[in-house]
Amino acid sequence: MRPFDYRRAEDARSAVAALDERPDAMYLGGGTNLVDLMRLGVASPEMLVDVTRISSSAIEESADGGLLIGAGVRNSDLACDPLVRLRHPMLAESVLAGASGQIRNMATVGGNLLQRTRCSYFQDISKPCNKRQPGSGCPAREGDHRNLAIIGHSSDCVATHPSDMAVALAALGAIVHVEGRRGSRTVPMPGLHRLPGDEPDRDTVLEAGDLITAVEVPALSFATRSHYRKVRDRASFAFAVVSVAAALDVADGVVRDCRIALGGVAHVPWRAEIAEEALRGSAATATEFTRAADLELAQARPLRDNGFKVPLARNVLVRTLIDLTEAS
Amino acid sequence: MKSEPNTPGQEVPVSAPVMVDLRLSVNRDSYPITVDTRETLLDTLRERLDLTGAKKGCDHGQCGACTVLVDGRRMKACLALTVTLDDREITTVEGLADGDTPHPLQAAFIENDAFQCGYCTPGQLCSAVGMLAEASAGWPSSVTADVTGEPRLDDEEIRERMSGNLCRCGAYVNIVAAIGQVAR
Ligand SMILES: Cc1cc2nc3c(=O)[nH]c(=O)nc-3n(C[C@H](O)[C@H](O)[C@H](O)COP(=O)(O)OP(=O)(O)OC[C@H]3O[C@@H](n4cnc5c(N)ncnc54)[C@H](O)[C@@H]3O)c2cc1C
Ligand code: SF4
Ligand code: FES
Ligand code: FES
Repeated sequence: MRPFDYRRAEDARSAVAALDERPDAMYLGGGTNLVDLMRLGVASPEMLVDVTRISSSAIEESADGGLLIGAGVRNSDLACDPLVRLRHPMLAESVLAGASGQIRNMATVGGNLLQRTRCSYFQDISKPCNKRQPGSGCPAREGDHRNLAIIGHSSDCVATHPSDMAVALAALGAIVHVEGRRGSRTVPMPGLHRLPGDEPDRDTVLEAGDLITAVEVPALSFATRSHYRKVRDRASFAFAVVSVAAALDVADGVVRDCRIALGGVAHVPWRAEIAEEALRGSAATATEFTRAADLELAQARPLRDNGFKVPLARNVLVRTLIDLTEAS
Repeated sequence: MKSEPNTPGQEVPVSAPVMVDLRLSVNRDSYPITVDTRETLLDTLRERLDLTGAKKGCDHGQCGACTVLVDGRRMKACLALTVTLDDREITTVEGLADGDTPHPLQAAFIENDAFQCGYCTPGQLCSAVGMLAEASAGWPSSVTADVTGEPRLDDEEIRERMSGNLCRCGAYVNIVAAIGQVAR
């Protein structure tokens, strides 16, 4: 690992100023992804600016019933927060479905959103990878891609975004608060992450030096009936093969409204807008749920070894919607 | 990993280690120490403080052998940079017992034969201490049927909550029994 300077930021402004001064620096959250990538030689910052102590480790209720979650809130504190569990159960469930108890105690909300892909070539510096080294090629396209994307990939990169939490936040239309060189702004999800296109080295729309300060979850009354369902290769402590975050508003057997996002299928947490549109006003039945899922997944372009994810995503989505209907 | 003193006239190497003085509090003892910013808590404990209870299994956050408690919360020492922890209270497996009296979880591990080679055991113990505190604070888990309710710590809950600790010997059945005995 390359030696680096360490600085602890006291507030967002000084953290942003530190990165402005030192473009070779990176922010440090819980370090559960970054420290690992530094050890693997994938990341080699010359300075770490620790942002875990800046005053953003609280969850506050906004006037309209939404939640403002500080970027420094640890994943476990988010998942056990009583308001999150009550109003947005799928958000608590998505966090609890990720990593392990120890890692959730360390990981922050900001770091979780910006964790890098688990594509094995990305993590192995002896291999080419367009995301790590632009222009070097994408061995995953012809190589090991069983767990990579089926939607929205490009000839340059077929990676998936690994975060569970981001899938629930994308479904909830969370708003990411960012402090940058030119002041503060907001980025609505799912628009934080971007498809790979011909710039797979860019995971998100954020610019160099941008600091995530908070994530706002807007009020959504029917999110009290929501669920995160994750399929993985073992019962626990594994990344998603496919996952679904869904909230459903059903009255008299008809879908009034819904929010759906898929994980493990794309370079971004995939908001299923086509399925949502197809469901609004339709009967809350397995037949309609399947029709909506198929419409969404018609865009899928699976690779040689991950075609199984298409029916898997459809079945998991349909099952989740049936469960939410029966729970009503 | 001490930095070499620079001889006059010699060029300073571009990537000289960055050393930081701090005070580390471990098992209620305070250690003044100079650390390389790259040092993880696991390496500091094992290589510098001679506290070899926490084990290095994978060094990537995947096995749990390095689990320690930081301000009472379980964490993976292989992913924590020591330089970030100067004002925190760290507890390792060496700090669990009360003098000669083993911690109830240590006693239960012995009684239930909850290990074979013992390599994962310090991590299992620290993880279980942290996990029981999380459960009594009412934290739900991924197998809690209703995240809005109060979880009950049955075997399925224990298995899920301990999934960050692998045991190469496969002593899981007895580990779950030992923890269950203390939890109930
Ligand atoms: C063994 C293992 C298993 C895992 N399993 C899962 C899983 O099943 N599901 C899942 O979702 N995740 C999983 N994870 C990933 C884990 O959730 C992430 O590592 C964690 O959320 C990252 O948060 P952090 O605070 O530690 O980020 P860090 O590692 O500190 O940072 C990650 C990135 O974000 C940047 N950053 C951090 N904070 C900010 C900020 N406020 N503003 C701007 N940039 C910032 C850093 O510069 C870095 O680039 C697993 C990790 C491990 C090690
Ligand atoms: S899929 Fe993306 S991350 Fe993986 S090797 Fe190809 S370019 Fe790299
Ligand atoms: S050594 Fe830390 S988790 Fe394996
Ligand atoms: S007892 Fe040998 S690894 Fe667990």
